[in-house]
Amino acid sequence: MQHSIIHFETIDYLIVAIYFVFVLGIGWMLRRSMKGSGDFLTSGRSIPGWVAGLAFLSANLGAQEVIGMAASGAKYGIMTSHFYWVGAIPAMVFLGVFMMPFYYGSKARSVPEYLKLRFDEKTRGFNACSFAVMTIFSSGISMYAMAKLMGLLLGWSFLDSILVSGLIVLVYIFLGGLTSAIYNEVLQFFMIVFGFAPLVYLGLKDVGGWEGLKSKLAGYSASQGFDSGAWTHAWQHLGSPSRNPLGVEWFGMVMGLGFVLSFGYWCTDFLVVQRALAAKTMTAARRTPLIASIPKMLFPFLVILPGMIAIALTYQSTKGGNGGFTLPMKDGSYDYDMVIPYMLGHYFPTGMLGLGMTALMASFMSGMAGNVTAFNTVWTYDIYQSYIAPDRADEHYLKVGRWTTVVGILLSVAAAYLAAIYNNIMDVLQLVFAFVNAPLFATFLLGMFWKRATGHGAFWGLLLGTAAAAAHHGLTIPHGADSLIKGGWLGQVHVYPSEMAQNFWTAIFAWTTCFVATIAISLATESRKSDAQLRGLVWSLTPHEDKGEASTPTMKKVATFGVIVLVLTAILNVIFW
Amino acid sequence: MNLDIRYPIGYLFTVIGAILVLHGAFFLHADAFAAHSLGININLWWGIVLLAFGIVMVVLARMGGKKGGSG
Repeated sequence: MQHSIIHFETIDYLIVAIYFVFVLGIGWMLRRSMKGSGDFLTSGRSIPGWVAGLAFLSANLGAQEVIGMAASGAKYGIMTSHFYWVGAIPAMVFLGVFMMPFYYGSKARSVPEYLKLRFDEKTRGFNACSFAVMTIFSSGISMYAMAKLMGLLLGWSFLDSILVSGLIVLVYIFLGGLTSAIYNEVLQFFMIVFGFAPLVYLGLKDVGGWEGLKSKLAGYSASQGFDSGAWTHAWQHLGSPSRNPLGVEWFGMVMGLGFVLSFGYWCTDFLVVQRALAAKTMTAARRTPLIASIPKMLFPFLVILPGMIAIALTYQSTKGGNGGFTLPMKDGSYDYDMVIPYMLGHYFPTGMLGLGMTALMASFMSGMAGNVTAFNTVWTYDIYQSYIAPDRADEHYLKVGRWTTVVGILLSVAAAYLAAIYNNIMDVLQLVFAFVNAPLFATFLLGMFWKRATGHGAFWGLLLGTAAAAAHHGLTIPHGADSLIKGGWLGQVHVYPSEMAQNFWTAIFAWTTCFVATIAISLATESRKSDAQLRGLVWSLTPHEDKGEASTPTMKKVATFGVIVLVLTAILNVIFW
Repeated sequence: MNLDIRYPIGYLFTVIGAILVLHGAFFLHADAFAAHSLGININLWWGIVLLAFGIVMVVLARMGGKKGGSG
């Protein structure tokens, strides 16, 4: 790459280098604490609640999330906040209040292991294997995206980026395991907040404050054929898919995104749940997602607002502007993924630029690290210890865990190169992962709250749910679809107004199929688990004190915390109605 | 764990904050702020914020003493 978009000077590199030194230093400081496989793979259940909470938040805050949310802010406006205020937060509260007692109380070391305890071996095997493959590819995609962006912005070669990011992540996880990843996620949380907050401040000042932003976006909205408030109201235009840029109606949004997709991700994905399982007490584990939900609630202002500002300023310049900020073009439309990188380059002088770019790199690397640590645990405990070499000494599994890190990183590098060569393969894989993930929450919901759900019911329910997702995607297309990857590869029964709407409805179909099939098959098969075996795994068979708050005063209860979070979220929804 | 995470957080932002303050106060020309950050010496101001945050973190860790903080 001959031109770079961002002009880095020595001081910027200095800031990046200092951050890397701290990241590696944390791993180095922790190396002696890794005495057994539990220390390495589950942090020995020793992490304070606030640390686990911030790590829980950061683990999901990979760079694709940051860049993608800013891009969506530009494309869809404030409606993107539904991913937070309708999607993430209620699911996080549900996880903390209702599900964590079973995850944490069961002593399961991973989500697949919970499935084994609750259901049977085949359900665990299915979940463990699909999850292991997914984490490797996600980590590889993170690596690939970082290499591509660093090439574009700073002129780094693809190989250099891969080497830098791969080696750093490898070293700090190899030394300090999950604890190292969690500590670095906390560091990354502050890095992102401090790196992007001044960007939002300068952007907002430039666009004329919230009022200035609203009036410019009103013009842009109208130019796109929508009501003037379409970019600045979250709910007002959800009555019909044709009235908002997201192309969905409220029911599909609330059920598909709010219920199925968000609960499926936040409540069952081991990548995030692992952070809560590392907490030192049951109460800390239950508070983990709730602590995370407070900053999560405010993140739209940090990651979505820049996108809205970017499109408003770009629109202003096209109307005979002042040579201010403009988004670059790509293939005839705006290159939305460039919101954050271009704003960093536009608003930050050297020094601050180093800080902002460090925040971006930090989020790429923690996206990789989160996946690699989750892969380590699932591989070592759920696959290696369960199927390949059971009954070895704990030191053996510690060693396996450590070397799995190396294998995980090497596989990620391979996945990154695969992504670079065959872009379509990645799209297909992500589609397949979406099919596998969509029904998961139905399995966990029934598993935790209906004692009659059986192993056969869970396993076949999952498979049928996944098949239903694939079939639904194969039979429908979004409006204006140009390739089979968008759907319709089995025929064309229905046309959705947008890809988003199709995704949401695919999830709804998968979830419902899994839910109904699991119930039907469970009723037709016999439960092989006795009530005693299910104690601590199912709501009705778990005594109150095992759920961790029998003697806690009401004001200190986790449930009270949850209600407060929900009320605050509701207020945000009303403000931006 | 024998590492209180507040120390690395505190030291990291103290160092970065100090660098930004020095850079903003002595080395960066006003043209750079006019060209980028709406004429605001963002390095100086934000550097002060980071410096203060870093120092508070370290002080909290010193006072708390408890490993890994509370909660």
